[in-house]
Amino acid sequence: MQFIPNIIFILLLGIGIYYFASNVKKLVRNIKLGKDVDRTDQKSERWSNMIRIALGQSKMVRRPVSGFLHIIVYVGFIIINIEVLEIILDGILGTHRLFLPVLGASFYGFLIGTFELLALLVFVAVVVFWIRRNAMNIQRFLSKELKGWSKNDGNNILYFEMVLMALFLIMNATDVHLQQAGVGNVISQFIYPLFSGFSLESLHVIERISWWIHVVGILIFLNYLYYSKHLHILLAFPNTFYANLKPKGQFSNNKNVTKEVQLMMDPNADPYAAPAEDEGEPEKFGASDVTDLNWVQLMNAYTCTECGRCSSVCPANLTGKELSPRAIMMKTRDRLEEVGKNIDANKGTFKDDGKQLLGEGYITQEEIWACTSCNACVEECPVNIDPLSIIMDMRQYLVMEESAAPQELNAMMQNVENNGAPWQYSQMDRLNWINEE
Amino acid sequence: MTVPVMADLFAEGKEPDVLFWVGSAGSFDDRAKKITRAFVKILNKAKVNFAVLGIEESSSGDAAKRAGNEFLFQMQAITNIEVLNAYNVKKIVTACPHSYNTLKNEYPELGGKYEVLHHTQFIEELINSKQLDVSSANINNSTITFHDPCYLGRANSEYNSPRAIIKAMAGAKLMEMKRAKNNSLCCGAGGAQMFKEPEKGAMDINDLRTQDALETNPDIIATGCPFCNTMLTDGIKNKKKEESVQVKDVAELLAESLSL
Repeated sequence: MQFIPNIIFILLLGIGIYYFASNVKKLVRNIKLGKDVDRTDQKSERWSNMIRIALGQSKMVRRPVSGFLHIIVYVGFIIINIEVLEIILDGILGTHRLFLPVLGASFYGFLIGTFELLALLVFVAVVVFWIRRNAMNIQRFLSKELKGWSKNDGNNILYFEMVLMALFLIMNATDVHLQQAGVGNVISQFIYPLFSGFSLESLHVIERISWWIHVVGILIFLNYLYYSKHLHILLAFPNTFYANLKPKGQFSNNKNVTKEVQLMMDPNADPYAAPAEDEGEPEKFGASDVTDLNWVQLMNAYTCTECGRCSSVCPANLTGKELSPRAIMMKTRDRLEEVGKNIDANKGTFKDDGKQLLGEGYITQEEIWACTSCNACVEECPVNIDPLSIIMDMRQYLVMEESAAPQELNAMMQNVENNGAPWQYSQMDRLNWINEE
Repeated sequence: MTVPVMADLFAEGKEPDVLFWVGSAGSFDDRAKKITRAFVKILNKAKVNFAVLGIEESSSGDAAKRAGNEFLFQMQAITNIEVLNAYNVKKIVTACPHSYNTLKNEYPELGGKYEVLHHTQFIEELINSKQLDVSSANINNSTITFHDPCYLGRANSEYNSPRAIIKAMAGAKLMEMKRAKNNSLCCGAGGAQMFKEPEKGAMDINDLRTQDALETNPDIIATGCPFCNTMLTDGIKNKKKEESVQVKDVAELLAESLSL
């Protein structure tokens, strides 16, 4: 009978890890629905970007207040997780504070003291985050794409963190041995007096309950990630690693178009020649659905934590246009999830559902045509997400597959075609400016 | 005004050191043509051995590409590259950040590999190498704020050259806007917006950007892009400030300050 807690713990741990692993599998499968793009070059620059931007949070502090608070939560999260290692081992082995005798009271106390201090700081930072989200008039938390589930999701994460940090401190405060030994109880010693009327036994029960809820909470949180914007805590790393390294103004040249243009301009090409071999379906130009995007763009969508810094600097969004780069990423993820579920429901193959990312319920043409391609969103994103590339791929689809450009743009393009300038001037007049003073 | 044309030089068996890519706006837009002429004055003053393509130049294809017409873009690019390569062009300077960006970044893959400079970068080089003497440049105690064009700034990380030129003029007081350099706000013309009405919204982007600029109480809003110039000029008109605030290209300011 004495091993029942150990068995329950191992069972819970197993279930938690199993579900997490199956979610990760689904995540990877969905990301791989994207087209191939080679991002394996310049390895050292990629590593350095990951270390600076994801690990070092360098772009977070562009907004000093939220950046600083975020770093507290981030550092706290990573360091307090060292304690989770002890919790897991204690749970499996049925021990209590396994590391105390191993590390010695003073070093163990130093570690626990650090964790407690960080737990308090994280708790405070998270409360400030909650106030910023719910009680202050911060525009990027009030946008329409942040209503409903997205707003709840953001708050859920904050509640999770508050509860986990509080439980960690209560667990230590009600650990009578720890309090009496005075090992590392830098914060919990002030919580301990709150329990002064409690019997030893009830203190022990509270300590155990806190311990169990804490560890089960961590496992639930782990499995909440896949359904939440909070995936960035994992994906920020690959996302910054695989991000575009070229100048931001360089948009990729569509290779299929190059082939066609070169064929058209080759004076020796036979326009009536049959294709050399069966080429299958002609390649679709641009993107109208998630499977037309590349896998980095899809990973971007899962990485987005909906902070809205992109939209808060977007000139179109700032002037009240429909376009919000954050919404582009959120809709891409929603549609990708829908496609993934469709594949799961149809035994591994996608069954046409008559929907696509560019269209009803997702991204509208109005949003696509509001973009100035200014790259402010790309510059601003703390984890190097590129909403602009998705917008541009969709423009390509609209123009090259649907001929659905706004009328004025059609006129502009016609001019370029006819007279080599976006306006209706003859190419023969290109030097007139010399004599016009 | 001396403007050598590539075909003429070629006929004489000469090759210029640098090709000045004028761009469609610089060739046809009345306001932008003034920028073109100002830059040519600077080139002549510094005795730069340059040429233009003239009637052999065609749209870079930037607007077509940002509008989604990759096919038209690549047709333009490959046609232009044939011309540029036939003249053995090695170095290009342009006063349009959009041409600059696409020539520099998007042409190489299609066979057009050149050293491409924005005119502010080129002018800064002329100043630093003492080929252009700016010791007499004077701009009469003017407060100048510089608007970073997206395709020069964020797109290609060039923030210093235009500012270096402004600072080289005596009497120039450079004031930064609250949104500057990599945090700069677009004028509203990029991504082919120049050629269409904006989507519906609460206000126009150029008006918002003009507000940013006016907060610095400038005498002059300087920029380095013909499209930004148009957008901000319109913004100033909308604010009824055209009497007190001028919108000028950095090249125009330098040419004026040197009394060219």
